[in-house]
Amino acid sequence: MLRDQDRIFTNLYGLHDWRLSGARARGDWDDTKAIIAKGRDWIIDEMKTSGLRGRGGAGFPTGMKWSFMPKEVGERPHYLVVNADEGEPGTCKDREIMRFDPHKLVEGCLVASFAMGAHAAYIYIRGEFVREAEHLQVAIDEAYAAGLIGKNACGSGWDFDLYVHRGGGAYVCGEETALIQSLEGKKGQPRLKPPFPAGVGLYGCPTTVNNVESIAVAPTILRRGGAWFGGLGRPKNSGTKLFCISGHVERPCTVEEEMGIPLKELIEKHCGGVRGGWDNLLGIIPGGSSVPVLTKDICDTVLMDFDSLREVRSGLGTAAVIVMDKSTDIVRAITRLAKFYKHESCGQCTPCREGTGWMWRVMERLCVGNATVDEIDMLEEVTRQVEGHTICALGDAAAWPIQGLIRSFRPELERRIAEARANARAA
Amino acid sequence: MSSTTTDDSFQPASFAFSAENLDKAQATIAKYPAGRQRSAVMPLLDLVQRQEGWVSLAAMNLVAEMLDLAPIRVYEVATFYTMFNLKPVGKYHLQVCTNLPCMLRGSQEIVEACQAELGVGLGETTADGTFTLSEVECLGACVNAPVIWIGDDYYEDLSVESTKALIAALKRGEEPKPGSQSGRQFSAPASGPTTLTTLAGGDA
Repeated sequence: MLRDQDRIFTNLYGLHDWRLSGARARGDWDDTKAIIAKGRDWIIDEMKTSGLRGRGGAGFPTGMKWSFMPKEVGERPHYLVVNADEGEPGTCKDREIMRFDPHKLVEGCLVASFAMGAHAAYIYIRGEFVREAEHLQVAIDEAYAAGLIGKNACGSGWDFDLYVHRGGGAYVCGEETALIQSLEGKKGQPRLKPPFPAGVGLYGCPTTVNNVESIAVAPTILRRGGAWFGGLGRPKNSGTKLFCISGHVERPCTVEEEMGIPLKELIEKHCGGVRGGWDNLLGIIPGGSSVPVLTKDICDTVLMDFDSLREVRSGLGTAAVIVMDKSTDIVRAITRLAKFYKHESCGQCTPCREGTGWMWRVMERLCVGNATVDEIDMLEEVTRQVEGHTICALGDAAAWPIQGLIRSFRPELERRIAEARANARAA
Repeated sequence: MSSTTTDDSFQPASFAFSAENLDKAQATIAKYPAGRQRSAVMPLLDLVQRQEGWVSLAAMNLVAEMLDLAPIRVYEVATFYTMFNLKPVGKYHLQVCTNLPCMLRGSQEIVEACQAELGVGLGETTADGTFTLSEVECLGACVNAPVIWIGDDYYEDLSVESTKALIAALKRGEEPKPGSQSGRQFSAPASGPTTLTTLAGGDA
């Protein structure tokens, strides 16, 4: 088990002072000047050594992402944009960072921005997180007042400004180019890539968009060394991670654990187990609503990291673990997600705009067995037509849960159809 | 704001920011680079909503003028983002999350309790204009499900009983304490943290 000394988010539960004095007592802002003095290349190399993979869901190596920014700042300024538009159903980890460890994020913004040649950064926080945005703003104001950011931040010679920007309630803005559009004051509709944000991002300038957790762990990684972080977890799946476990467990919670922890251990150790015992488990969505559901036999042994979950045709995503016991109507559950994606489709790409609504309507019929067995195959085929044929990953995200349902629970779908037919004949 | 009528009788003839909010609006615009004032459109619409409770056509037109935008550029933003109320809502806007993690923890019963206590359906406002009840997508507080969002706060770990108590308190004009309604420590396990028990934690 991960030792408390190796945990990064030491005020995860808000038991301690979240403001500057408390944050400093926990080690934040400890000689940040010295980190910056080691230079951009050292910072990026250290991040690469840590093996940190982006915590927003896609798992792209953070150090490598930072290295994609132009080496020299030309006529166009560079920007760091922090994606705090946390909205993937099941996910509620960045919220805890922003309300109880906001200085980790503020300090992370400084070192990451310095490493990428950015003098300004924006934190795009979902609009519903009003109190979290207030804490962040207090932390930013404290950091300015203490000379930690602003002109000559931390006495490093680097000028750095940091702003909070609140969103307006649109899941798609968690997609990085939609987020940039939204930050520019437009509808949150994703942009075609290329050009990638590192070349043409916010205001047409080189931009890197990183998840809150990815940025907030950076100062600790740089202080303790990339090798420390890289030594936790498994190769290519290193470090610690915030896991949010919701649904049918005895005690839902958010907890920081080592990457690669067995799913069963995560639930039994921190959540008091599945409601009614492990054998009462029906299935688990291991990484937020977009990833396919796992059946119990897989949950028995699977490890919680990017590559382990990909091997079982699901994904770590945001490490939001949604647990469903045997009382769950699994078809209804996935239908609820289909409704969500229909609601959140921005309407820009036809396969997603039309497909999410179509898939949801078929799912509603499948819930009550009002379908033919052929339509299960047709639904599967339509998910393949949506997947990979849209500008952003929302189309994929809408397709995957349904694919997972058909793959793992097809007998239940067929049973409902047969039952509905039998009932119709009897009536 | 899909509407099949052209009835705009609820729209006020004009809108003006309060002096305090005008200052806030100017400070917000200054957060963005010169020439990029369009970025302030959502923050300004939010200020409007904080002042009036909703965003009127007149307010959108003023925001367009302040940011030197065609009015349609403001309308298209206001209609894209679900947080902007384009019609008046009740003093208390109860937005119940019904997405999967909340559903698994009983959000359907929470919705029903709200409907019973308020006497309105989803998307409706009580006759006295005090309460509006809405369904909302994932609020990002899933380990504290089920959740209702009211004003600037989340009410979490709800049961039917605590939902009824919450509404009763609002009806009495009280300010119920936000956060977990079951009394647990934020996102820690209900029985207490299983981690971070060996550190001092740095209390100032």
